[in-house]
Amino acid sequence: MAENVKPRVRVPRDATAGEEITIKTLISHPMESGQRKDGDGNVIPRSIINRFTCTFNGETVIDVTLEPAISTNPYFEFQAIVPETGTFEFTWYDDDGDVYTDSKEITVG
Amino acid sequence: MKLTRRHTLMMAVGSAVAAFMPVRAFAAVEEEIAAFTGGAEVGSDGITLIAPEIAENGNTVPIEVDAPGAEAIIVFAAGNPTPSVATFTFGALAASQSAATRIRLAGTQDVIAIARMPDGSFVQASQEVKVTIGGCGG
Repeated sequence: MAENVKPRVRVPRDATAGEEITIKTLISHPMESGQRKDGDGNVIPRSIINRFTCTFNGETVIDVTLEPAISTNPYFEFQAIVPETGTFEFTWYDDDGDVYTDSKEITVG
Repeated sequence: MKLTRRHTLMMAVGSAVAAFMPVRAFAAVEEEIAAFTGGAEVGSDGITLIAPEIAENGNTVPIEVDAPGAEAIIVFAAGNPTPSVATFTFGALAASQSAATRIRLAGTQDVIAIARMPDGSFVQASQEVKVTIGGCGG
């Protein structure tokens, strides 16, 4: 299991109904590509986050499939529509079966 | 080690294979693109790929794709050992069909983005990125 995996997400606290907001996500993860070799010439096995999803009140905003070519500490920036007050759920799926989640609430005033 | 005729032959074969590697990698991209598009014709309007012309560090190259109205966008790095980079699938609540991320590039190469539109057509954009230090730990 990858250690010290910490998701960080930036979402505005409030919005007007139907507003387009920008979401930025970052998660600390080595994203070992499976191409590198250690000091003895042995291949370091692949260990990456292979999928990232963002949903709002259960509806999909974005669903990303990640390959080893995504950099260490995967970063994503995208736009979402906020129809009502609710919660953004962020989920990262690790190769080793771990699932990392984070959620942010947003208020429509 | 004694250099026998057999060894010499094997070395010659090895270097020949190595010389053909880039060509094979390029063919892999074509195959993966075909797998995504199903061999359909690929247009070029309606998709933007923003990538730096020169990236000093191939380990983190910021890229941005934008294809208004697209269902999904797939990104390839033509010169990487595994060409696929990421697939973005947009849901109902995506405000715009765009996303930004950071990718690894093994060396100077073309980055290709292909979007699948709801009507089943495909559009493509590509840009060459010059990489000073490759990002594959080689």
